[in-house]
Amino acid sequence: MKRWGVLVGAAVLTIALVAPAPSQGQVRLTSGKIVIAVLNDQSGVYKDLSGPTSVEAVRMAVADFEQQFGKFPGPVEIISADHQNKPDLANVKAREFYERYGANIILDVPTSSAALAVAEAAKELKRLYINITAATTQLTNDNCNKYTFHYAYDTYMLANGTATEVTKKIGKNWYIVYPNYAFGQDMERSFRAAIERSGGKVLLSDGTPFPNDDFSTYLIKARTLRPTMHVLGVMQAGGDLVNFVKQYNEFGLRSKGVNLAIGLLFLSDVHALGVQAFEGTLYTTPWEWVLDKQSREWADRFLARTKVRPTFAHAGNYSATWQYLSAVRRAGTDQPDAVVAALEGFRFSDFFARNAEIRRQDHRVIHDAYLARVKAPSEVKEPWDYVEILSTIPAGEAFQPLSASKCKQ
Amino acid sequence: MENLLLQVFNGLVNGAFFALLSLGLAVIFGMLRVVNFMHGALYMLGAFATYLLGTSAGVSFWWALVLAPLAVAAVGIVLERLFLRRLYDVDPLYNLLLTFGLTLVLQDTMRLRFGIQGVPYSAPSLLKGAIVWGNLLFPTYRLFVLGFSVLICLLTWWVIEWTRVGMIVRAATENPGLTRALGIDVDRWVPPVFAFGVALAALAGVLAAPMRNVSPLMGADLIVTTFAIVVIGGLGSILGSVVTGFLVGVIVALGAVYYPPVSNTLVFVLMAIILLLRPAGLFGSLE
Repeated sequence: MKRWGVLVGAAVLTIALVAPAPSQGQVRLTSGKIVIAVLNDQSGVYKDLSGPTSVEAVRMAVADFEQQFGKFPGPVEIISADHQNKPDLANVKAREFYERYGANIILDVPTSSAALAVAEAAKELKRLYINITAATTQLTNDNCNKYTFHYAYDTYMLANGTATEVTKKIGKNWYIVYPNYAFGQDMERSFRAAIERSGGKVLLSDGTPFPNDDFSTYLIKARTLRPTMHVLGVMQAGGDLVNFVKQYNEFGLRSKGVNLAIGLLFLSDVHALGVQAFEGTLYTTPWEWVLDKQSREWADRFLARTKVRPTFAHAGNYSATWQYLSAVRRAGTDQPDAVVAALEGFRFSDFFARNAEIRRQDHRVIHDAYLARVKAPSEVKEPWDYVEILSTIPAGEAFQPLSASKCKQ
Repeated sequence: MENLLLQVFNGLVNGAFFALLSLGLAVIFGMLRVVNFMHGALYMLGAFATYLLGTSAGVSFWWALVLAPLAVAAVGIVLERLFLRRLYDVDPLYNLLLTFGLTLVLQDTMRLRFGIQGVPYSAPSLLKGAIVWGNLLFPTYRLFVLGFSVLICLLTWWVIEWTRVGMIVRAATENPGLTRALGIDVDRWVPPVFAFGVALAALAGVLAAPMRNVSPLMGADLIVTTFAIVVIGGLGSILGSVVTGFLVGVIVALGAVYYPPVSNTLVFVLMAIILLLRPAGLFGSLE
């Protein structure tokens, strides 16, 4: 009897080894297709940094993935909508995507308040959601849930990178100017904490109206602040950031030794204002197209398709789409709980995310981040060549440590 | 103290933009009885015209100061002849709605062509840098903006008070029927007066291009404050709009020194107080 058991066991093992594992073969699709929804700003202030070109990046990822691994048993549809950066609209659209269009996953979603609204919908309807362009750490803290992942960056990463490095290397005294709404307040808190952790001091911080077209008041304050400040930390984004930097140059603060550190900077911002305006500015970024050969190759293909060089949001959307499809393959199904299980704890490295790990506990995707500097006009060698990578912040240090996470799933 | 002086100077510079914009609004309202909602969009067109003249035809900032307002005024005349004039005889509300619609069209057209982020434009080299005087620092470009707009405001005032054209405009503003009865063709003066108001908005746009983000929405952010200024100054009052423009610029700047969150709200607080105490505005009179 015992021998029989061994024989049967051996036979089962042999079959298991010889027969292809389900993940290598057929993927079962619950409704015969995969629907990927991109929800972002298609007309407002964040259009250029993500918007319709991110939808194109997702298309590109699906095409590349199917070319490499073969077609899925059903079509992969890509749908998109404009949430106009409004949380209520984002919530309605997300529900429509999940319920009416059967979306398997929602991607992108800039603007923190809108991003949090979509996380609620994902949690309630038990469908996947990978956020790329929103900055709030709440997605992986108070508002974390089983179906929500945060992919590219967050305010902790930005503040930790820039504030720590700049305080250590350039100067200890900071003056922070931030737009007075959720994102700006979040950034101010994160920067202040990181500055104080690394021995610096925040002399003053001012919350400004939003939107605002004149910042001269704060620039004059910066000149006359005592004791002398070294770093002006600016948390504005989009058009307000452009206004700020134009006026910073006008008041000649750079020649007074006041360095400019920017909370969140996209390649599209530098492109809009011209490299000379941002010259010397320091900031933290999850990716830049000039990073290395692999990134450049991808950026070249992206340029050929869209006529623009990608921001990190575009690259992040591509990478996240790829990781989702690869998780579906590993799980052998598009069933949400199985895909979540395949994503959790997964480690990978692609052109966008290096040394990446999708943390099981809070769904923060950690990966290397970079401290970057905007080049001087004389250093620019080709169109869109605006950025120099100064140093790499290893994945393990770049993001909020798990011990500090408030996530209770 | 030095700090405060600088802040007042800055307030005056910002006030210069408000003054030019509200002056244009006042001139148009006086003659046409039209609340021109697209004034902000025309300001934006002025800035874009400066950028386009510079990049496509190599026109310098100095020539743009003349050419951009002319170009935008031409657009204004076309819009006035095609659309606005058809609604002069009905409730003024219709023209308000019409110009609001045109604003959206103009903004979205620019958005389609240039995107939302804005385009780069920098000051001419002559106006770069700053004049330092002891501890005080005045960016050269800002001094120029202040001087130039004061000059334009004075010039407008002179034309309206002391020339024959100005007399006709004042008469038509006061009582169009009586002016007509005296044998003056009031309607003939409507397009040029409208074009002049539009040119003032465009001029403010040209001046804004080197120091603010040139983007399709730059006017939308400004127009609400400008309306508040016109109301505070007194609807249609030339002097009122200019003085209030500078005044509000200074109030907003000083507000931001002491308590930034309220600086933009102060204008509307002021408006509410003025409306309660002097319903016709600071310089207006009840008809």
